[in-house]
Amino acid sequence: MKLTGGQIVCESLIKEGVEVIFGIPGGAILPLYQDLPRYPQLRHILMRHEQGAAHAADGYARTTGKVGVAFGTSGPGATNLVTGIAAAQMDSVPTVFITGQVARAAIGKDAFQETDVTGITLPITKHNYLVMNASEVAETIKEAFYIASTGRPGPVLVDIPKDVFTEEAEFSYPESVNLPSYHLPQEADPREIQAAARLIKEARKPLILAGHGVVISRAFEELMQLAEKAQIPVITTLLGISSFPEDHPLSVGMPGMHGMAHASLAIDEADLLLGLGMRFDDRITGDLNSFAPNAKIIHAEVDPSEVHKNVRATAPLIGDLKKTLRKLIPVVEPKSHEEWSQRIAELRMEHPLMRPRTGGALLPQYVMQALSKATNGNAVIVTGVGQHQMWAAQHYTFTQQNSWVTSGGLGAMGFEVPAALGAQVGRPGSVVWSVAGDGGFQMTMSELATLAENNIPVKFAIMNNGYLGMVRQWQDIFYEKSYVATHYTHNPDFVKLAHAFGIHGDRVTKEEEALPAIRAAMEHPGPALIDFVVAEEENVYPMIPAGGAVAELMEEPV
Amino acid sequence: MPLNESTIVAMVRDRPGVLNRISSMFRRRNFNIVSLAVGQSEQPGMSRMAFVVNGDDATVEQVIKQLRKLIDVASVSLIQEDTMISRELALIRVNGTASTRGEISQIVDIYRAHIVDIAPDSLIVEVTGDEDKVQSLKNLLNTFGITEMIRTGRVAMVRGMAHVHSNNSGNPANRAA
Ligand SMILES: Cc1ncc(C[n+]2csc(CCOP(=O)(O)OP(=O)(O)O)c2C)c(N)n1
Ligand SMILES: [Mg+2]
Repeated sequence: MKLTGGQIVCESLIKEGVEVIFGIPGGAILPLYQDLPRYPQLRHILMRHEQGAAHAADGYARTTGKVGVAFGTSGPGATNLVTGIAAAQMDSVPTVFITGQVARAAIGKDAFQETDVTGITLPITKHNYLVMNASEVAETIKEAFYIASTGRPGPVLVDIPKDVFTEEAEFSYPESVNLPSYHLPQEADPREIQAAARLIKEARKPLILAGHGVVISRAFEELMQLAEKAQIPVITTLLGISSFPEDHPLSVGMPGMHGMAHASLAIDEADLLLGLGMRFDDRITGDLNSFAPNAKIIHAEVDPSEVHKNVRATAPLIGDLKKTLRKLIPVVEPKSHEEWSQRIAELRMEHPLMRPRTGGALLPQYVMQALSKATNGNAVIVTGVGQHQMWAAQHYTFTQQNSWVTSGGLGAMGFEVPAALGAQVGRPGSVVWSVAGDGGFQMTMSELATLAENNIPVKFAIMNNGYLGMVRQWQDIFYEKSYVATHYTHNPDFVKLAHAFGIHGDRVTKEEEALPAIRAAMEHPGPALIDFVVAEEENVYPMIPAGGAVAELMEEPV
Repeated sequence: MPLNESTIVAMVRDRPGVLNRISSMFRRRNFNIVSLAVGQSEQPGMSRMAFVVNGDDATVEQVIKQLRKLIDVASVSLIQEDTMISRELALIRVNGTASTRGEISQIVDIYRAHIVDIAPDSLIVEVTGDEDKVQSLKNLLNTFGITEMIRTGRVAMVRGMAHVHSNNSGNPANRAA
């Protein structure tokens, strides 16, 4: 069957099970767009900015486990995608980006809207392609989805010149990929499994550090079984949040720069760390020389290059986490760690996240607790980057598997709006709350139009502190309150803004208004926004300064 | 940890942009390449590359793992010094007039190098060997004045019978379905 390159793209996407595409058309990708009406199975959501398309594909991929897909045109369309591609790369999110390129004859001539997209995205993709013939389109898309979704997942970009979309070629979708140079994860070494089981048996103060890998490999049940069988308390990293229910007695919380003090202190005392699908990121370890000084380390991780990168593992378990845990659980002996659990409980008591306070401005921490209460910890929470992100991580009690979507590795402000859109498209039946910063929200709020247009019922909680709050906090602590370029003296009226976009808007300035407003927003059938006017100069505690040791942990001043 | 030079050999797909992917990875991760040689291998569609990198053991381990992660890299091996045959080729243009040519020619003979071009005031010497040999010939020729030099960088192989410390090179279990 002879088809055009554009039709081959569509056919291939359908073969890969794609249902939704986020994108914006333009000259170079137009032939592909003009083929879309022939394929009604492919739902295209017209975004307002390509960064939005990329983050939406990311949010969709995280909540569904499927590959998220975004389209952009050549030149500015592709460069606008870049932040979203980098975010997906840093957080290992399976995504495929298809960009239009100038016609083949114009490549390299600085043609109108030509940019070297494969060059630009080379260090921020798992792999990328420039497809020079229609006959190579099907095979390339097959490979792109395969690479994006296997091993340690990540973004793959496919750049296609305009005249390749219109060129005809024979279409047959390959059954399998032929990629002898692509290394799929191995299975964890059985000797290391035995070694790990022994370490667990010998440990008196073990801790699990559950990361994004648990979510990615959908190893929720296995994590639970391992933790319960050997009674090992579970710490979740920022991206590991929602891999383990926080109302479980073994749940400890988040460690690191803005983690709970008791979690960081527990790591300091632990004699064994089980890093599961995580990479000992600097936000967790701080100063590597003083990190977990007493602990041996079991490191179960799919990407061999993460093992021994930041910390030396005593027992490296390289392979898909779910498979590794399935092998490990049967050889682990049941244990109990009464004393250790008590010690962690004691640390928790001694280091409360927040001291009770009354009066004064609306506290963002309280808003998070109210949100948690109103949703029973069951909502999908998407955040931006900054203080509100840390308060959401700290004060929302996550009880639902895979219900936390945040830009952890890249830390991209503006993620909160489009990623929430994608998350909601992926989980139409779930309540999706975007916990937004007033700063980040303004970076991508144009996507409110997309939400309204498609009636995608995301609920926004803007934590409006009138500041680039996290940066202001650093200025407060490290620069003697010299607030350079962090104060917004003229934020828009977010409620009027919501109305302008045709969505429900409300403002909350007092504690007692929070719960009713949250409930009203959830009862509203479409998208809704609440402007929470919160304390301006509230800081996130605890805090361990960048690269610092646990000994430098700062707690809320009395 | 001590810094040392390590020789890494990789089999890579012979495709446009592969060299760029590899050099981009080295640059991004701040790995230090001492030399790089690339050319066709015995397998059609595959090139073999030899890298000499400078770094401690942990760095070299990361270089190998990051190379393996690249989709176009089929296999990577670290070659141990004691089992390695390594060679480098250099072309050296050296000042030489009728009066000095004889002396240069003697030196070149001792090094089993060749004079491959002669002009009235200069000659080109071709030398093959390990880096020490190339370096020491270069030092000697320096006294006559070297005006141009190009070196290929190290190419290397494991001696027959000896084993390559291979990082899962070509393990069929790693092949994609
Ligand atoms: C795109 C981008 N630009 C700059 C930063 C640096 N940065 C980190 S947090 C932050 C402040 C975020 O402000 P806001 O969205 O209002 O959240 P808040 O910290 O006030 O809760 C900034 C500017 C970033 N992470 N991302
Ligand atoms: Mg703010």
